Amino acid sequence: MADKRINDLFITGDQTYATIDQSVGRLVLDPKAHTTNWFKWLVVGVMGTGLMMFSIAWLLFQGTGIWGNNVPAAWGFDIVNFVWWIGIGHAGTLISAILLLLRQQWRNSINRFSEAMTIFAVMCAGLFPLLHTGRPWNDFWLFPYPNILGMWPQFRSPLLWDVFAVSTYFSVSLVFWFVGLIPDFANLRDRSTNKYGKLAFALLALGWRGSNQHWHRYEQMYYLLAGLSAPLVLSVHSIVSFDFAISIVPGWNVTVFPPYFVAGAVFAGFAMVIIWAIPLRKYYKLEHLITNRHLDWMAKITLATGLIVCYGYFLEVFFQWYSGNPYEFRLLTNTRFSGMYAKFYWALIVCNGIIPQIFWWNKARTNVWSLMIVSIAVSIGMWLERFVIIPMSLTSNYLPSSNKPYYPSFWDFGMFAGTLGFFTMLMILFIRFLPMINIFEVKDLLYKFQGKKEYVEGQLPVEMN
Amino acid sequence: MAHDFSDPIGLYAMVGEFTTPEQLKSVAEEARHAGFKVMDAYSPFPIHGLSEAIGFRDTKVPWTVFIFGLLGVTLGYSMQFYTSVIDYPMNVGGKPMNSIPAFIPVAYECTILFAAFSAAIGMFVYNRLPMPYHPIFNAKNFERASQDRFFLAVEASDPNYDPEAIEKLMKSNGALEVSTCDY
Repeated sequence: MADKRINDLFITGDQTYATIDQSVGRLVLDPKAHTTNWFKWLVVGVMGTGLMMFSIAWLLFQGTGIWGNNVPAAWGFDIVNFVWWIGIGHAGTLISAILLLLRQQWRNSINRFSEAMTIFAVMCAGLFPLLHTGRPWNDFWLFPYPNILGMWPQFRSPLLWDVFAVSTYFSVSLVFWFVGLIPDFANLRDRSTNKYGKLAFALLALGWRGSNQHWHRYEQMYYLLAGLSAPLVLSVHSIVSFDFAISIVPGWNVTVFPPYFVAGAVFAGFAMVIIWAIPLRKYYKLEHLITNRHLDWMAKITLATGLIVCYGYFLEVFFQWYSGNPYEFRLLTNTRFSGMYAKFYWALIVCNGIIPQIFWWNKARTNVWSLMIVSIAVSIGMWLERFVIIPMSLTSNYLPSSNKPYYPSFWDFGMFAGTLGFFTMLMILFIRFLPMINIFEVKDLLYKFQGKKEYVEGQLPVEMN
Repeated sequence: MAHDFSDPIGLYAMVGEFTTPEQLKSVAEEARHAGFKVMDAYSPFPIHGLSEAIGFRDTKVPWTVFIFGLLGVTLGYSMQFYTSVIDYPMNVGGKPMNSIPAFIPVAYECTILFAAFSAAIGMFVYNRLPMPYHPIFNAKNFERASQDRFFLAVEASDPNYDPEAIEKLMKSNGALEVSTCDY
């Protein structure tokens, strides 16, 4: 242990396979494990979903004119929210795939709910471009299918690459999540005492019996899926960044965009994982499985990706000056550093650049309040980043006629708040009906750590305040 | 290993229940050395080295993924080639009809889509899942195979099936209980 001050373990207390079953399975099998707090949050989520449905209904009735989008800012909140939500999802895949390939076994305790987060975030993200088309009932035109016009999609456009990237990402994440759940469904099938619950889990488990032959092929598949998801997740946000980087709009045409977007996505995603992990482990008494060391390491990843993002901001400023392009330089001085939108740019620098630096201190990485505050600041900062990129560049363009400010409408905020509610509702339902921690992988973790002295004895968890 | 369900009566296997993965690995290895072939082990989580101990080797899933990945990239690229070069050639910004760099992202996503789905579907097909009924579920205490116990089943169809030898072997490796299970 290089770090003496944070001497928490990955699994604390005297845990056995049975106690893991109990502490995780209880949340699904025992309705009493969920208090009225759970119901209150469900109500919040359902109300948010209602707002979302209402915003969508009004949008379909009236058309996209109810949004603030207009020329020159034809991309507004819808694309800002799309990129933000897609980014949130990336931490789940990073945790489940890339950390698995890097043999970071500690990810076993947090991968399940991060993967769930990925799927729900991508669902929220997908809504925005689909509605942004204005006629969502014609969205199947985005896919290549033989039609009476003899036309095909334009495969040289990054917007079409996005269609393929995001739909592949969603379907592969869903498959990864579902196959990860199968052994846990078998566990719940065998432990459930409720007749209907048992039937439901038996159907979902598909007859899984934990045979060595099953596990052998399962592990092969799991690592292959991880190996396929890792380049997938990197490609998805790279392709999202191509939507901007391939154009010639000032502030968009930057080669640093793909890596900077991917790092930003992981940054925002880990912040969201921390935001959910802290209350969940507290209310459901999972501190022995999601320990302070998990939070500490997640905070370290947040800090590291935050620094990459800061490097991206620095390079943007540098190339806006160094390129010698007067429009790029005017964007920097008149739109970002000063002008009516400058407060958003500086708020972005504070949220993403300055506040996360507190994670250099050990105490800040294990204090739930500082973790929470920084994660919320990062989530806001990443949203602002997309705002800075999209409407601010579109309203400071080559032609004087482009200098027209962008104002979001009530329905822009309604859709955004609505998707936050929808996401909350899905997460709240998920923690009630599915095991939020991967049972079999945590058992595997426990088995691997038994016999390793530093993980099981002689160490006390740090005090939390 | 295909199970013959045509005669659903009779003895399926002799099953030993163990408490640790180490016991399971050692008993599987000894059973293999003793000449038993038709057997399988059951555990709540994957145990590394168990396949080697029991003598099970299978590389069908990786090969399937490889082949479907190749299929994905071929289909993904040829779809773009057919639509943009052959069926409806259109000049976009002076780019060549076959714009290789612009066609890579979609071909890449198709590769991953095909490979990932073939991995999951291949795992199900080769494992013969979904399979709602299996005789091993009749084994005593088997509901704990997904919780905290480790089982080894030597099937009655094994050419060397010998109940006394199996029981002795399992007991000597610390089996909590050895029982038989029927179809």
